[in-house]
Amino acid sequence: MTAPSYTRKDFQTDQEVRWCPGCGDYTILASVQQFLAGLGRSREEFVFISGIGCSSRFPYYMNTYGMHSIHGRAPAIASGVAATRPDLSVWVITGDGDGLSIGGNHLIHALRRNVNLKILLFNNQIYGLTKGQYSPTSEVGKSTKSSPFGSIDYPFNPVSLALGAEASFVARTVDMDRNHTQMVLKSAYEHKGAAFVEIYQNCNVFNDKAFIQVTGKEERVHNRVDLEQGKPVVFDEGAKAVVMRGGEAVVVDSSSVDPKAILVHDETRENPSVAYALSRLSHGPYGPTPLGIFRRVARSTYDAEINAQMEGARNDMGDGDVSQLIRSHGTWEVKGPSPNGG
Amino acid sequence: MADEIATEEATEEASTETRQTLEIQPSSTPTESLDNLVVRFAGDSGDGMQLAGNRFTDASALFGNDLATLPSFPAEIRAPAGTLPGVSSFQVQIADYDILTAGDQPDCLVAMNPAALMKNLKDLRPGGTLIVNTDTFDERNLDKAGYETNPLDDDSLDGYKVIKAPMDELTKEAVKDTGVSGRNVLRSKNFFALGLMAWLFHRPTEPTTEWVRKKFASKPEVANANIESFKAGYNFGITTEATRTTFEVKPAALPPGTYTNINGNTALAWGLIAASRKSGLPLFYGTYPITPASDILHELSRRKNFGVRTFQAEDEIAGVGSTIGAAFAGNLAVTGSSGPGIALKSEAISLAFMLELPMIVINVQRGGPSTGLPTKPEQSDLLFSLYGRHGESPLPVLSIASPSEAFMMAIEAVRIAVKYMTPVILLSDNYVANGSEPWKLPDVDEIAEIPVEFAKYPNGPDGTFLPYMRNIDTFARPWAIPGTPGLEHRIGGLEKEAISGNVSYDPANHQLMTDTRAWKVANIANDIPLLEVDGDEDADILVLGWGSTFGSIRAAARRARQSGIPVATAHLNYLNPLPKNLGEVLRSHDKVLIPELNTGQLLKVIRAEFLLDAVGLNKVSGEPFRVTEISEKISEMAQ
Repeated sequence: MTAPSYTRKDFQTDQEVRWCPGCGDYTILASVQQFLAGLGRSREEFVFISGIGCSSRFPYYMNTYGMHSIHGRAPAIASGVAATRPDLSVWVITGDGDGLSIGGNHLIHALRRNVNLKILLFNNQIYGLTKGQYSPTSEVGKSTKSSPFGSIDYPFNPVSLALGAEASFVARTVDMDRNHTQMVLKSAYEHKGAAFVEIYQNCNVFNDKAFIQVTGKEERVHNRVDLEQGKPVVFDEGAKAVVMRGGEAVVVDSSSVDPKAILVHDETRENPSVAYALSRLSHGPYGPTPLGIFRRVARSTYDAEINAQMEGARNDMGDGDVSQLIRSHGTWEVKGPSPNGG
Repeated sequence: MADEIATEEATEEASTETRQTLEIQPSSTPTESLDNLVVRFAGDSGDGMQLAGNRFTDASALFGNDLATLPSFPAEIRAPAGTLPGVSSFQVQIADYDILTAGDQPDCLVAMNPAALMKNLKDLRPGGTLIVNTDTFDERNLDKAGYETNPLDDDSLDGYKVIKAPMDELTKEAVKDTGVSGRNVLRSKNFFALGLMAWLFHRPTEPTTEWVRKKFASKPEVANANIESFKAGYNFGITTEATRTTFEVKPAALPPGTYTNINGNTALAWGLIAASRKSGLPLFYGTYPITPASDILHELSRRKNFGVRTFQAEDEIAGVGSTIGAAFAGNLAVTGSSGPGIALKSEAISLAFMLELPMIVINVQRGGPSTGLPTKPEQSDLLFSLYGRHGESPLPVLSIASPSEAFMMAIEAVRIAVKYMTPVILLSDNYVANGSEPWKLPDVDEIAEIPVEFAKYPNGPDGTFLPYMRNIDTFARPWAIPGTPGLEHRIGGLEKEAISGNVSYDPANHQLMTDTRAWKVANIANDIPLLEVDGDEDADILVLGWGSTFGSIRAAARRARQSGIPVATAHLNYLNPLPKNLGEVLRSHDKVLIPELNTGQLLKVIRAEFLLDAVGLNKVSGEPFRVTEISEKISEMAQ
């Protein structure tokens, strides 16, 4: 069978998209649709599963199989799909509230199990659908409807969290940069196992310009640190570089160090320590912030492990037979009328 | 049939040079025949009483007795040794006729220590046989159990036939050449007690020795120690002529067939596997460990050669979540838990109801609320099963009355779930789950197939797919699984437009969809058996039950009839929807008694549904009904 030829339109549905005008979600939706169309893989093999929140309306706009589920549970539901159907490409759409607050537990366990899921976490650092409360990624001191005196909660760094949860693929991108987003999506799609992608997503209604440091025309030059496989980690038009010192990633003036001392990015490092160090360069998009693939290592997937056990059991014991099974605890026969008359 | 079972001669024959020969002398003690017998093994939770009870039960099952068991153990894995909370017990009734319960009062009690005696003696029938391990009756253990004086030395046990055995000493002596040492020596003393019981009640010995050899095949010294200890117990009976008479219970007059001894959790797991085969759907079990449901997971996780996938999730919500995903993907999707876990799953079960996906939710009920009595039976989640969800979300609710019935009820739950595209709640409880009874094995080929048809083609105009276009008879929507070309569609928790499945906030549509979902479930009443009435159909009194009270109710009715009171009984396997003839059955009797291990939950439903003055008999002590409790209530109502 020849590969189907799609355009972005083939992945659009007849449902009216109802995000606020100007929302970063529109850009991400376009990037994903465009990326999938370019793959040439049959539309029916994609499944998009989301939780609750603005981002979680996503599946309704994707002409694939999809489920808009309940708050925080998408990784668990998607695990049931991915664990039983290795033939499908299963995507989880979640947000900072959905994935890191109410659903934090499911997220970390899906990552450690290496369930074959592509998890896109739209991070806008705010609760949008409930109209503007602080989220688990909001910065300390943020004044919102539910934190009029400023938030006192220390935020998660989603990339650090994913690395700590034994994720085999961890990346970060940003809504505005569609090329970068599609590059990351491609790598995530090709990765076997759980791929975690944090997408900085602007909420122009409740948290506008939260990512201006990496998206603003002036600011991004100085702050956007592009991680590229096999290349030295430099930014600010080459003026700044990242070196490892005492186990930490540190920003230095490029001219102040031996070029050989500059960290060369290797996303395939088995040990996540350097990837983690890079994730600590900034705790949110304030100052130099890396974008790209932090970690990409090969590990057996959950579905492959299950199937290997099933195959092994069938090889060792033969295909199960229910008649034999119900006799496996020992049986006895009762024949005809009993000795004592019954 | 007697020639079918293992005899002592068979033991001799089966012995080889490499095996321990069981040298058991013929006993000269006279034998009395009983038609039934209730024995209880009681000891410290580390004493192996569940194991001893199960071995006694299996030997009796293979001998051909009818039987029913009631294990009782503390929630703690090892409560402090010698204390009352640490006592674990196992009761079994065996009979030469079809019995229904594990018995009200033991005829024989094995007490491995003072705490076991203190806790269980009150239940022993007056004049019953008491076997005690005298070696544990020292000052420290007596004190822990709350005895001021040693009951072995005073007259407090005068009303019983007491067999005193220094089990610690005799076990040590028996195992001294087997190579076990240290703490392992005394671990065989449950086999000493079992050996003595085997002698006293003429149980075949081969099933026990065979089991030990198989179980401890990799540890021959432990196998030998257990067999030596078992032998020593048996021979202790003979040589000391421990009682004036021994007892036997002849095989029961069960209907002809092949039998096995089964508990409810295992039967339920096997039923799910059979349903998987009958439907052609691969079985997925998404769950989180919880007492008393975990054994279903344990059993299923061993059965990978049946294509079973088990998923031990990170929590209860992920257990049900993964199950919803598996159902969407086209599996026979099952989750299981007990009350506290079902509470956590509640939101997701409502989602599954809204999505109209087929799946099974097993609730092995235990004493509640909260952590409650995790190892005790209770039927207190009925109203929770019927109504414990947000929004208008009625689900089919089925319940299991006895361990062996779990097999067919699991298959029935699956049949309903896939035919009507709905989650189904299947209620079990700790008594069904852990109790065991003989099960006449069905012919697997005779079990009806479960038809499943995935949607393959667009069902709407212009090649569109309408995920909520319903079957005209069942009102089920199509099951279109990912991977099917042309049927890409989205489902979700938001209210959906009838037929198209698109999100809709239209008032009239929400009314229509709510009514449709309710009607779909209510309509299942046309597809389930009518309620059968057992006993005296014209009786004034009807005893109505559901779940694990089945045996106690039937036995109580039998007893009432023996005392001249006509009584009818009926047992509900379908709690939603209720059988169509239930109202008619209820109104055919002047009085309706509803015994339940809760404070009156089915009673509330019956009163509300039928405006009927039914009477409750309720108990929440963590114990099943005694037959006498129900038969006395029947007598009282007959006055």
